[in-house]
Amino acid sequence: MAELNVVLSNPEQGTTREQELIAQVQRGQTGLFYELVRPYERRVYAAALAILRNEADAEDAAQEAMLKALANIRQFRAEARFSTWLIQITVNEALMRRRRERTRMTEAIDDHRDEEGEYTPRDFADWREIPSEALERKEVRQKLAEALASLDRKYREVFVLRDMEQLNIQETAEALGISVASVKTRLLRARLMLRDLLAGGWEQGWFSRLPFEKGTKPW
Amino acid sequence: MVVNCRQVWKEISNYIEGDVDAGLRVAMDEHFGTCTRCKSLLEGARNVVQLYGDERMIEVPTGFGRRLERRLAQGARVRRSNWSTWSAWLVPVAALALITGGLRWANSLTVPHPLQSEHAQPGRNIPPDMVVVVSAGAKDFHVPGCDVIHNKDKIRTLTAKEAIREGYVPCVRCMRKYLQIASIPPASSDPVAELSVNVEAEDRARTR
Repeated sequence: MAELNVVLSNPEQGTTREQELIAQVQRGQTGLFYELVRPYERRVYAAALAILRNEADAEDAAQEAMLKALANIRQFRAEARFSTWLIQITVNEALMRRRRERTRMTEAIDDHRDEEGEYTPRDFADWREIPSEALERKEVRQKLAEALASLDRKYREVFVLRDMEQLNIQETAEALGISVASVKTRLLRARLMLRDLLAGGWEQGWFSRLPFEKGTKPW
Repeated sequence: MVVNCRQVWKEISNYIEGDVDAGLRVAMDEHFGTCTRCKSLLEGARNVVQLYGDERMIEVPTGFGRRLERRLAQGARVRRSNWSTWSAWLVPVAALALITGGLRWANSLTVPHPLQSEHAQPGRNIPPDMVVVVSAGAKDFHVPGCDVIHNKDKIRTLTAKEAIREGYVPCVRCMRKYLQIASIPPASSDPVAELSVNVEAEDRARTR
């Protein structure tokens, strides 16, 4: 555990240690695989949850994705980021499951169109203060999660992969099978919708306007 | 370049990404300096990115890591046991194949092959140590020198016992006397028939 903490606090050393672990697992020491993926397990789960929107399904998909990653670890090439590789496998697993369950989904899952027209913000409340300390409060995290969950699927997925999973624009596009232009458009809307949902609430005890209701956008 | 609010709203996400060209960036910077609404929008969007980008925002169900670790261990065991199962099966299967192959080889030494021709007769009272020849692709064994041997350049010499064991059948010409087809009239001009007669004569002399 102490070793892991050192690894996490030193990115360069972490990279080296990660490369060592990858090589060891590729040589057959599969027992080390969990140590390899542990730093990313939260991101993997979040990626699955963004797509499946169900905790149990997301956990199962994340586990299955990690098993697939283990089974295919020899195919991983050092030129890629290991975290990105894991997340892409997870996204693929989650998308596959969603396609399988499509008849039970209430959302229009094949809607890849991006909304035309300009975005018009609906709230200009001053929100210059950075409320990162607010994340210590569980209810704040819960409200943020609810705001995110209220977004349409196409915005939510792009936002999670880019802003939470820290994939770049290109990686996000590849993971979701959409164009870079679509990623940018959806990211813009996702960020501004979340901002609209949250900004006014900051002054008024946070999130009084939630949940964001689909179909009531003023733009 | 001068940009208005709508242009700023359209590009604000790319601005945060650092994905706008230098001219547009300068113009937007100037706009943010004078427009409090757009400045507020920018700060709010940045806050969104910062808040959601915080690791604390990613919460996993209690025990998630433990369950993942367990499932990975199970998966690794299954993979190993799959290989173990294969390798466990591989040894007896290989042994069985060796034993079966060995038995077949051993049987080939003692158990006769089926007759190469189902229409042929096996022959009777053929001296086991009689030297005969067989040829590649043929079904009969012959007295050496028989005129109806096919592929004479690919003949093999062996004893009658070996030839019979390998499923070869007596030639109806040169081995005629050992068959139940004596009714076939040998042509006096047929050298094979003469050979057969000679063989019979030799046998008679031997028995006397």
